[in-house]
Amino acid sequence: MFYIYCPHCGEHREEEEFHPKGQAHIVRPLDPDNCTDKEWGEYLYFRKNPRGLHHEMWVHAAGCRKFFNITRDTVTYEIKEVYKIGEQPSVVADS
Amino acid sequence: MQHYSGFGLFKHSLSHHENWQRAWRNPTPKKKYDVIIIGGGGHGLATAYYLAKNHNVTNVAVIEKGYLGGGNTARNTTIVRSNYLWDEAAHMYEHAMKLWEGLSQDLNYNVMFSQRGVLNLGHTLQDMRDIERRVNANRLNGIDGEVVDPQTIKEIVPHMDCSDNARYPIMGASWQPRGGVARHDAVAWGFARGADSFGVDLIQQTEVEDLIIEDGTIVGVKTNRYGDIMADRVGSVVAGNSGVVAKMAGFELPLESHPLQAMVSEPIKPILDTVVMSNHVHGYLSQSDKGDLVIGAGIDGWIGYGQRGSFPTVEHTMQAIVEMFPIFSRVRLNRQWGGIVDTCPDACPLITPTPVKNLFFNCGWGTGGFKATPGAGHIFADMLATGEANEMSKPFNMYRFHSGALIDEHGAAGVAH
Repeated sequence: MFYIYCPHCGEHREEEEFHPKGQAHIVRPLDPDNCTDKEWGEYLYFRKNPRGLHHEMWVHAAGCRKFFNITRDTVTYEIKEVYKIGEQPSVVADS
Repeated sequence: MQHYSGFGLFKHSLSHHENWQRAWRNPTPKKKYDVIIIGGGGHGLATAYYLAKNHNVTNVAVIEKGYLGGGNTARNTTIVRSNYLWDEAAHMYEHAMKLWEGLSQDLNYNVMFSQRGVLNLGHTLQDMRDIERRVNANRLNGIDGEVVDPQTIKEIVPHMDCSDNARYPIMGASWQPRGGVARHDAVAWGFARGADSFGVDLIQQTEVEDLIIEDGTIVGVKTNRYGDIMADRVGSVVAGNSGVVAKMAGFELPLESHPLQAMVSEPIKPILDTVVMSNHVHGYLSQSDKGDLVIGAGIDGWIGYGQRGSFPTVEHTMQAIVEMFPIFSRVRLNRQWGGIVDTCPDACPLITPTPVKNLFFNCGWGTGGFKATPGAGHIFADMLATGEANEMSKPFNMYRFHSGALIDEHGAAGVAH
């Protein structure tokens, strides 16, 4: 059970209030008309799947319903930091 | 290889079962193999078995970091069925189903395959429309199945709550009589013993730490115990850790790894002689030969490699089971565990060549890998023997995510991934 801090509500709440929404910081192609099929495919379907630090997006679904980002270790499940959309993580994996 | 039979059982009983031959050797690896298979789970061992048996490629090593069949194969809910919607998936799972039907005889090993039937319940009008569509699609593909009404369900599973009083009353179901369960450990052990008898080296407690790639072609693997082992072709069958192996090879796969939990209750007397699955309340269960209820449901939505999940998923699963079977509300759970499943965005697996020459992947089965074990092994062995995708594996190419030719099986897989 995760105990997640919502940066919008300013409170720790239980995991059940939240939904994970996958990888954070996915940049939409800047010039979509000139993307190859490969570029589109990778934008839509290829995701980071690290064994270690992962930046992911969550939504406080049963609370304020706002999105934010979490940096989490996918092996120990430790939440390293929580930050708002638009901000950059301070904990980043080596590679 | 010693042949197992009733007579053998009797003969060995005279010496108190102390002289059975070991089921497989524990060899020191050679310097070079024709094929190295990374991962000694059900799929990896099945691949090795069919490589040797069907393609006469016996200079093969299976490298497993733990012990044989100790990963996801030991953690699943043993269900076997082939009632998938799309032609590509239906053909592949039906191919596996046909192999299941003769597997114990083929391996001379009792995998306890039991065709007790699989019910997929519908609780809404839309569920029923989807079920009718899927059953019709199955029948067009020559796969058995029928739509049954609550009356018939009540006869098949008398202890299920089929009344109108349920929160989500059961409106009907699809019924595949040929579906059922198989003993997961026995499947791994049977394939291991079969592969070993053809001379395949099963290398346990050895981890592949890196791949040796020269000019875009794989030539071997680096292991923690035996150093470099060379190979002409390498097949990766590491389920949840496929992304890690792909990273060693320098490319990404369209996968995410999630924990999938399963649990068993205390053993109770025989009460359920079929498999019951529900997409809508989302739980599935069967009863093992030992008497425990084997229960599963969905994955946790977040990426995890920890081989354990979260309590909200367990609670959600229990709600579904008690919704269907109020009679089980006071049965106690004995154990709960998690396996790591690598899920594809379209809920179909990857059986695929990769950007690295002579390196092949079999992964991305999500929550449905066990039922495909013999079929996947059969198809992947063909790929490793010929170096090319055959007709059955072509749709499961990883480049389908670039072309948009996706095989979206979320509905038929019946699980949230």
